[in-house]
Amino acid sequence: MTSVLVKDLTLKFGALTVLDNLNIDIPEGEFLVLLGASGCGKSTLLNCIAGLLDVTDGEIHINDRNVTWEEPSGRGIGMVFQSYALYPQMTVEGNLSFGLKNARMPKDEIQKRVARAAEILQIEPLLQRKPAALSGGQRQRVAIGRALVRDVDVFLFDEPLSNLDAKLRADLRVEIKRLHHSLKNTMIYVTHDQVEAMTLADRIAIMKGGIIQQLDTPTEIYNRPKNKYVAGFIGSPEINFFEGVIEGDAFVTGGERLSLEGYAFQGTATSGPAWLGIRPEHIVSGEAAASLPVTAEVTIDLVEPMGSDTLAWASLAGMPVRIRMDGQAAVLPGDRITIGFDPARASLFDKQTEERL
Amino acid sequence: MADVVTPRGPKPRPRFSRTNIMLYGTLIVVAAYYALPLYVMIVTSLKGMPEIRIGNIFAPPVEVTYEPWVKAWAEACTGINCEGLSRGFWNSVQILIPSVILSIAIASVNGYALANWKFKGSEVFFTILIVGAFIPYQVMIYPIVIILREMGLYGNIWGLVLVHTVFGMPILTLLFRNYFTSVPEELFKAARVDGAGFWGIYFRIMLPMSLPIFVVAIILQVTGIWNDFLFGVIYTKPADYPMTVQLNNIVNSVQGVKEYNVNMAATLLTGLVPLIIYFASGKLFVRGIAAGAVKG
Repeated sequence: MTSVLVKDLTLKFGALTVLDNLNIDIPEGEFLVLLGASGCGKSTLLNCIAGLLDVTDGEIHINDRNVTWEEPSGRGIGMVFQSYALYPQMTVEGNLSFGLKNARMPKDEIQKRVARAAEILQIEPLLQRKPAALSGGQRQRVAIGRALVRDVDVFLFDEPLSNLDAKLRADLRVEIKRLHHSLKNTMIYVTHDQVEAMTLADRIAIMKGGIIQQLDTPTEIYNRPKNKYVAGFIGSPEINFFEGVIEGDAFVTGGERLSLEGYAFQGTATSGPAWLGIRPEHIVSGEAAASLPVTAEVTIDLVEPMGSDTLAWASLAGMPVRIRMDGQAAVLPGDRITIGFDPARASLFDKQTEERL
Repeated sequence: MADVVTPRGPKPRPRFSRTNIMLYGTLIVVAAYYALPLYVMIVTSLKGMPEIRIGNIFAPPVEVTYEPWVKAWAEACTGINCEGLSRGFWNSVQILIPSVILSIAIASVNGYALANWKFKGSEVFFTILIVGAFIPYQVMIYPIVIILREMGLYGNIWGLVLVHTVFGMPILTLLFRNYFTSVPEELFKAARVDGAGFWGIYFRIMLPMSLPIFVVAIILQVTGIWNDFLFGVIYTKPADYPMTVQLNNIVNSVQGVKEYNVNMAATLLTGLVPLIIYFASGKLFVRGIAAGAVKG
C-alpha cells in the first residue's frame, strides 16, 4: 500500500525552479532517505510534504488522501527538525503534549501517550525539565518524542542529527533505525550525510537541482550508480574517474588499454568517449591483483593512514588514483606496486550525457 | 640578577597606567558635566526663596525645606486653577496607560504577522509603515485635527490616545518584526505541525519568548508618551492637559515672583516617571535594543 505519493510536484520561487516535476511513490513502512548536497531541494521537498510550503503545481497524497491543500497538522505527519525546535518556555512534558492539547484530546489520553513516548525514548526522568537544561542528544530525543506522541503514520526528519557531535550522531542513528524497526512507520529522512543514508535507508533518493537523480536501494546505488554525479556523490573516499574512449572490449585512457571483460552494459555494448569509474576499495594491490583482468604497475605518491584502512594515492594513465588498502599494509611514498581491478565492479558513463552505459 | 621575574599566570597591570588615567578621567568629567544640572535642581528645590536670592546656586541648602515640593504638587497656580501638578499627573497617567497597552498590543501582532506570516504585499506594507517614521510630526498636525474632529474625538483624552498609538506604530512594529525574525523559523514550523494557528502560536509560543522586547517597547512608549508636549497641548483641552503641558504653564507663568525652588521641584516631579523607568530597567533596555537591532 502506498503511504506517501508525490505526483508531478513543482515548486517555484519567482523565476527560480526549486523542484521540477517530481514523482515519488513511498510504500507503507519504508524508510526513504532524501540525499543531496546543500541547495539540492531535499529539505524543500520535505517541507512540501509536510505542508509548510505551498506547492506551485502537483499533488501530495498521504495514506491515499489528497492532502495538497491540508494544513500541516491535518496531514497525519510528525516532523523532527535539525535545530530541535523545542518550545523553550515549556517543560519536556509541555513540549510533548502541546500538539495533543491543540487537538483538544482528553487529558488522560494525553498523559498515556506522553508516558509511552517517554518510555520508548527513555526520557522519563527529564519530563519536568526545560529544554535549556538538556544536552543535544536529549533535546533531539524530545523532538522525536513530539512526533511520536502524535501517533501518526508518517515521520519526517529534516537533518535531525546534523547538530550533534560525531559520537552522539552514530548512537542516535542506531536508535532511529531501531525505532523504525519497532514502529514500522513510514519515514522520510533528509540528510547530506551519505553514511546516514546508506545505513538507515530502505531506499535512497539522490537529488540534484530539484530533480531526483536515482531512487534505489543503497546497494544498487553504491554498485550501479545511474550517472556520474551519483557515482561521485556516494562513496568515501571518492570514486576514481578516468576519461577515455571505449574501443571494442577495452577502455583506452592515456595510452593504457584497460580490458572491459565482464562489464555488464545497460543495453548493448557501445563505443565512443566515456568515463570509467572504479571505487578505491575495489582496487586490489599486491599478488591478488595479478589474476584480475585489469592490472597496472603504479608508484605511490602519498599515503593517508586511517587506522582501519590506509588510503594510498598514485597515478594511473596520467590521472590520480586512490587505492584503499588494509590498515596494516606497509606502503611508503615511492613504492612501486601492482594494482588491479575487476571491470565487473567498475562503472562506465557516457562522456556527453554522463549516464551509465 | 635575583629580581628577574619569570612571566607566568595573568599579566600584571598597573592600576595607574596612562590608559586608566585617561579613561577614568574622561568618564568622571563627562559624568560630572551631566550630573551637575541635576544637582543644582535638587539643591535649589530644597531651599527657601531668601536663600536662593543670595545667588549661590551650587551651595547646599543651609535649611532644608520641603515646602517647594508640596507647593509644586498641590498648590501651584496655572491661570485660575491652583491645584498644582497633581491634576496633570493623573491626566498623564490616564493618557499613558491606554496608549501604551494599545500601541504595544497592536504593534506586536503587526510585527509577528510581518515576520512569520508573510502575505502578498507584506514587504510593501512594511516599507510604507517605516517611511511613516521619517515624516516630521508637524506636517501631520492639522490633518489630524480634522480627522479627530470628524471622528468626534477632538479635545478628548481618547483622541490623544489614538494619536499616540498611531505614531508609535512604525518604530514599534519595526522593533517587534526584527525580534520575531530572529526567532528560529523551525520553531514556528514545529508549532504549525503541532496544529497551532495564528493566535495559538502568538500567545503560546512567541509571547512567552519575547519578554525582553516587550520591556523595551514599554520603556520606549512610557518615556515617549510621558515626555510628549506637542500632541498634549494640541489635541486636548486645558482640563485634560498632561503633566508636561501643566509644568510649562507653571514655569512660564508671568505674574508675581519667580519661584525657582517650586519650578525646580515641579520639573523634577515631572521627570520622575521616565527616570524611575530607566533606573529600574537599565540592563533589560540595553539587551532588548541589542536583540532588536541584530537582524534587519
